Amino acid sequence: MNAPPPAPTLPVSLAANPRLSSWVKLTGDGRVAISPGKVEIGQGIVTALAQIAADELDVDIGRIEMIRASTAASPNEGVTSGSLSVQQSGRALRHACAEVRQRFLAAASERLGVDASLLDIHDGTISGPGNVRTSYWELAGDVSLDHDAKAGAKAKMVAKRTVAGHSVQRVDIPDKVFARPRFIHDCPLPDLLHGRVLRPDISGAKLIALDETAIRAVPGLVAIVRDGGFSGVVADSEAAAEAALKALLKGATWSAGEPLPDEADLAGFLKSQPVETTVIDTRTTAATIKKAARTLRRQYIRPYIAHASIAPSCAMARWNGDRVHVWTHSQGVYLLRADLAIVLKLPAENIVVEHMESAGCYGHNAADDVALDAVLLAKAAGGRPVRVQWSRHDEMSHAPFGAAMAIEIEADLDADNEIVGWRHAIWSNGHAARPGRAAQPALLAATEITTPYPRMISTNPPAANGGGGDRNSVPLYELKAWTITSHRLLTMPVRTSALRTLGGQGNVFAIESLLDEIAALRGEDPIAFRLRHLRDERAKEVIRAAARRAQWKPQKQSGIGHGVGFARYKNTGAYCAAIAEIEGTDDIRVKRLTLAVDVGEAINPDGVINQIEGGAIQATSWVLKERVRFDRTRITSTSWTDYPILTFSEVPAVDVEIVQRPEIEPVGAGEAAHGPVTAAIANACYDCLGVRVRDLPITRDKIIAAMEQAS
Amino acid sequence: MPMIQFQLNGMAAAVDADPEQTLLDVLRGRLGMTGAHFGCGAGECGACHVMVDGRAMASCDMPMWSVADKDVVTVEGLGTAEQPHPLQRALIAEQAMQCGYCVSGILISAAALLKRNPSPTEAEVRTALDRNLCRCGSHNRMVRAVLRAASEMATS
Repeated sequence: MNAPPPAPTLPVSLAANPRLSSWVKLTGDGRVAISPGKVEIGQGIVTALAQIAADELDVDIGRIEMIRASTAASPNEGVTSGSLSVQQSGRALRHACAEVRQRFLAAASERLGVDASLLDIHDGTISGPGNVRTSYWELAGDVSLDHDAKAGAKAKMVAKRTVAGHSVQRVDIPDKVFARPRFIHDCPLPDLLHGRVLRPDISGAKLIALDETAIRAVPGLVAIVRDGGFSGVVADSEAAAEAALKALLKGATWSAGEPLPDEADLAGFLKSQPVETTVIDTRTTAATIKKAARTLRRQYIRPYIAHASIAPSCAMARWNGDRVHVWTHSQGVYLLRADLAIVLKLPAENIVVEHMESAGCYGHNAADDVALDAVLLAKAAGGRPVRVQWSRHDEMSHAPFGAAMAIEIEADLDADNEIVGWRHAIWSNGHAARPGRAAQPALLAATEITTPYPRMISTNPPAANGGGGDRNSVPLYELKAWTITSHRLLTMPVRTSALRTLGGQGNVFAIESLLDEIAALRGEDPIAFRLRHLRDERAKEVIRAAARRAQWKPQKQSGIGHGVGFARYKNTGAYCAAIAEIEGTDDIRVKRLTLAVDVGEAINPDGVINQIEGGAIQATSWVLKERVRFDRTRITSTSWTDYPILTFSEVPAVDVEIVQRPEIEPVGAGEAAHGPVTAAIANACYDCLGVRVRDLPITRDKIIAAMEQAS
Repeated sequence: MPMIQFQLNGMAAAVDADPEQTLLDVLRGRLGMTGAHFGCGAGECGACHVMVDGRAMASCDMPMWSVADKDVVTVEGLGTAEQPHPLQRALIAEQAMQCGYCVSGILISAAALLKRNPSPTEAEVRTALDRNLCRCGSHNRMVRAVLRAASEMATS
């Protein structure tokens, strides 16, 4: 007996926001307004979503107008993160547009007296036999989209898609090339004032006294704001606001602050803190009892990493009575609104949060913090809008960082050096303290005001959402037994939250490094070793594709090394394999990265390649150069000199192949490359120099230290 | 405050400004030209680059007194959608960005390079862009775009 087919369901974002008109509107000027809840953060998402809509509706992509997310009208799609926008917003839009198309075809059929199955749509014009025709816009009055989406709308077959699945030019790029204002920084509101916030250099210090004498003489000063330990200025120009802040700083007295960990012993710090311990996964099989001949025990360290976006965080806010309008580059307008409502003690309906673009966003940076700063300063602006922009120094010291990690793996090996047991333990702060998710706000100024909230200690998303510190810690490889344990710190002297991949980069670095080491022990080719331990064909294919493309394994040459790394992001997302070619003696340069990626259906293939290239280069920067520096009292890496990132001359050649899977639901590409590239560079370092650096970043000092340890 | 005179995108400009105020502040705050971006305020990231007498320079720490009588070109002066600079066309053709915040500074550095070296090697392009930071990892596409523009300018 056959089970009945499962009832069709709506994509998750559409189920949460079923009203069709909240996603799609035909506008009178022959255009289509598409309103996703996800936002452009430099990843090209608005273009991919426009492609999906253009395809399902059969309109030229030039007719699509992408509406920026706002709590005033947009569907609530939570946060733009986790490489989920194509998956969530894309599926919702595809489904919604398919239903809109059906509704219009039904209306056209009625008006034209032609069976709907005989009608065709071309660029919004609906035509049928006998040269009858109408259009979306002619029918717009007859077709209400104020209906909830129904499950079961049929999207186009893959072969019928002419826009999605093909590379198109990004819709936002011309504005950026011709310097037409698009970034929040470049869009002044009428009557705009400028604000700056006073923040301590000493970590955790509180403002205890403020002498305002010096500042009163600053020309252009409009207001000094003080709310407990929160203080800032409002002025009639940015220059005046800067001058006022300087004067304010002179009059500030701070408490002693809270000590920071010992930067030179991150593992010692991470392993000595109170923790919440979770067993993430265990696997036992009959073979588990097989006696281990030896156990390899290795520790891997990832430092704190800064978002270090090129633009400092910026926001604008304007009060009107007890209502406030906020312009922000937050990743989640509804989530930010929820936190603002808690701090302001206002109903959420009194707050409108509207998204505007900023520079690349790689996770939970200071975008939300600066929004509350602007809201608090704008209270003193008499109804005028206030724009607040953080300094580079604040951006590099007060914004949350990606969390440091200590990862210990014990691998039990039998007499043939085959893996018979695997224990992976992670010590790390949580990787998420995002706004809008808890009863307490996650915003910086909320910890400074008169009745302050405690600093939110980062937690980890549940395993179903890919986990946090434990992300990618469960091997995709067929090992006989494993135990994966996550120790989340309950103290947080250095503020951490979500940065690209969360714990994924650290865990993939650790797993792939140790696998490489075991393959080398066995004298087995590291790619053959990986393929032998994988059953997932998509996984194997990206590894094979990268190997083919890099002509694995090139002849060994002195001073050159090659290494491989692989992961499926979150174990549910994009598959990515990377091969690194490096050169060096006691310092290394990454010459070339060859990657293969499988994202299922690639909506905008060039966009996917762009994201993978970008992720690979950013990961190279993390691996070779980046760590947040601090002494026992303050963050010291507060400028580009103290927090260097990869420069043009240091960037490797990057070559990307997409393994085409148009029949498989698409997933995001933004975070797929970081883990594999990190591991590939580390493994290439071993191939080149014969030492394993297990403590990131891989700098000259670390290589020399590893050489000394090995000798 | 003294009147400071200079050339801005080919036109005579005169600004009544505090001589210590930065050129970036004057461009963005006084003149409403938001192409040059603030990134660090210390001349370390290149987001605010403008051309001064043909050389790409940071405007975020450039006092107005030093701009007097100079020839300043901002990204707004390079080209428009109707009459794009070859570099602007090439950046679009190569889809050479992700967020695009660093792009106006990149355009200026590249334009200054092509002025003094119309047919640079790839290594020369990279060196010329080393004072511009890009965090999204679009470097290689940008380098390809500059080389494309150079060869287009050579044949036209």
